[in-house]
Amino acid sequence: MSALLEVSGVTVTFDGFRAINNLSFNIGTAEMRAVIGPNGAGKTTFMDIVTGKTKPDQGKVLFGPRAESLLSKSEAEIAQIGIGRKFQRPTVFEDQSVEENLRLALKAPRSPWAVLFSRRSRADSDRIHALAAQVGLSDALARKSGELSHGQKQWLELGMLLAQDPKLLLVDEPAAGMTLAEREATTAMLVEMAKTRAVVVVEHDMEFVRRLNCKVTVLHEGAVLAEGSLAHVTQNQAVIDVYLGR
Amino acid sequence: MTQGFLAKNPSVLLFVGLLALFTLIVTLSSAAYGFELVSTSFIKTLGKTLCLCLIAIAMDLVWGYAGILSLGHFAFFGLGGYMIGMWLMYARTEEIVIAALANSPLPPTPDEIRAGIANQIFGVVGSSDLPMIWAFAGSLPVQMILVVAVPGLLALVFGWLAFRSRVTGVYLSILTQAMTLALSLHLFQNDSGLRGNNGLSGLQNIPGLDAQGQDVISIWFFWASALALGLGYVLASFVVSGKFGQALRAIRDDEQRLRFLGYSVEGYKLFIFTMTALIAAIAGALYYPQAGIINPAEMSTVASIYLAVWVAIGGRGRLYGAVIGAAFVSLISSWFTGGSAPDLPLGFATIKWVDWWQIVLGLSFVLVTLYAPRGIGGLFDRFANLLPPKRHGAALGPDAGALREKEADR
Repeated sequence: MSALLEVSGVTVTFDGFRAINNLSFNIGTAEMRAVIGPNGAGKTTFMDIVTGKTKPDQGKVLFGPRAESLLSKSEAEIAQIGIGRKFQRPTVFEDQSVEENLRLALKAPRSPWAVLFSRRSRADSDRIHALAAQVGLSDALARKSGELSHGQKQWLELGMLLAQDPKLLLVDEPAAGMTLAEREATTAMLVEMAKTRAVVVVEHDMEFVRRLNCKVTVLHEGAVLAEGSLAHVTQNQAVIDVYLGR
Repeated sequence: MTQGFLAKNPSVLLFVGLLALFTLIVTLSSAAYGFELVSTSFIKTLGKTLCLCLIAIAMDLVWGYAGILSLGHFAFFGLGGYMIGMWLMYARTEEIVIAALANSPLPPTPDEIRAGIANQIFGVVGSSDLPMIWAFAGSLPVQMILVVAVPGLLALVFGWLAFRSRVTGVYLSILTQAMTLALSLHLFQNDSGLRGNNGLSGLQNIPGLDAQGQDVISIWFFWASALALGLGYVLASFVVSGKFGQALRAIRDDEQRLRFLGYSVEGYKLFIFTMTALIAAIAGALYYPQAGIINPAEMSTVASIYLAVWVAIGGRGRLYGAVIGAAFVSLISSWFTGGSAPDLPLGFATIKWVDWWQIVLGLSFVLVTLYAPRGIGGLFDRFANLLPPKRHGAALGPDAGALREKEADR
């Protein structure tokens, strides 16, 4: 199976500190992957590189069936070709309603002129309602998203990601600060999403990773320490030493 | 689901209606078309105020909605004024020169007329040549195009450079302020080609309209200003009402998030910056013929700061707030600084409002920012039952320009 995203030999240095050190990473078109690792392992920097926020010093980042390089693209262009990102803290537009947030994220032409003269269509509204139902926010469409609970904001952000219809989703700690019931609902959403697209979940919570039941990549000091099933990596002595054993 | 534009923006109909009513009242109070209840100079003041309301709308779009605190919009306003002023001055001087040469034995050649005009206009700065930039000054259509082309191009180039390097927040404000200052200092030079600190004058005399008195011309400009303000309000409402407006507010509150949704934030900023520069330029082109004179002091950085003060006092992020703020503050400030306000004797000292007004204005700006961030427009929100959200003091986004809790609607 050809890879959807192929990161190879990537190195990033911040003021002499090697945040990412010769990192290589592949993910297929409809695959779920959990990325774990101790603080400072480079998980967030890895996402920054893929989404164009940080430019690596060296290495290749290729995406899609035609293996386009992402390094020369801006954040907006990368988002347009199908990479969605969810931040660690829920970041939604708090001054706008749930419906407006979803409408803004909906896959559509993004240029200023196209947006200025865009019209609301029945199809868009149906899609927004379907998305809201999918993330459990049907009753909250008219509410300002700033009023939502922490967990609901996380779901809204997941809904916004789905609205973009990305091929690859990068999800940073989706379960942080959630209640047990919310976590279970989130797990179900992510598993559902991974049926049709690639999902990379960065997570600290091992119990959550166990529930995702997918291949795991362990990062340490900016490089891949181990990769495989959760059972496999938790047996790995190096992983136990740097991460689990502490 | 698909409602009409007006149904979604009831304030547009209300605003246009009130503006039309106001125009009618002023027309009926004028000397030219009514019962001469107010003086011609007061009509000019009102017309100028409408132009200031228009540039305040531009400022509200760029600052209140997109969160870009530009201190450069008065530069675009002034440039628009200069561009129309060049034609006004040239064409008027041409009439005078032709009249003066009419008695000479030989009919004057075009070169002689041109030299006469140059002497008349530039004698004051010790020159008798028409600078290059006056090449098209004799043509009204070209100068009208330049009214929007010159400020538009400046905004486009400046914005492209600034936004592309991702300069934001207070740094961008400083950059725009520097641009304004540089432009104003350049125009202060005698060899800038725009008469240095003398500026352009006599702009109230419209070439070809000698038969009309100032009482008539003043009301014509008042109508034009009212029309421009009405159209500007409708345009701004259209821009902020749909998805584009959502994107602008998203830039204000959290531009990084919008970027990761696939929107080119820089493109949007450039778009709104240039568009509002064009609105400002048109406002300036209507303002200065009513003011009669334009000089580089008009483009001082203080003017652009005033603009921010108007929008803040009126309530940013609300188009009607910008209009109310500009009208209220500029009218009251011309009342105080015009010497009409009675002095306030305190026994040990007398408060002369001409001197003290600036302090009152500054203080009210601070107080509004601290205690009533929704400004005067917030009073209307109270009637419309738009209340601030309860967020325990948290702003609505991480960016510097994001709305604060008290500014937002629930």
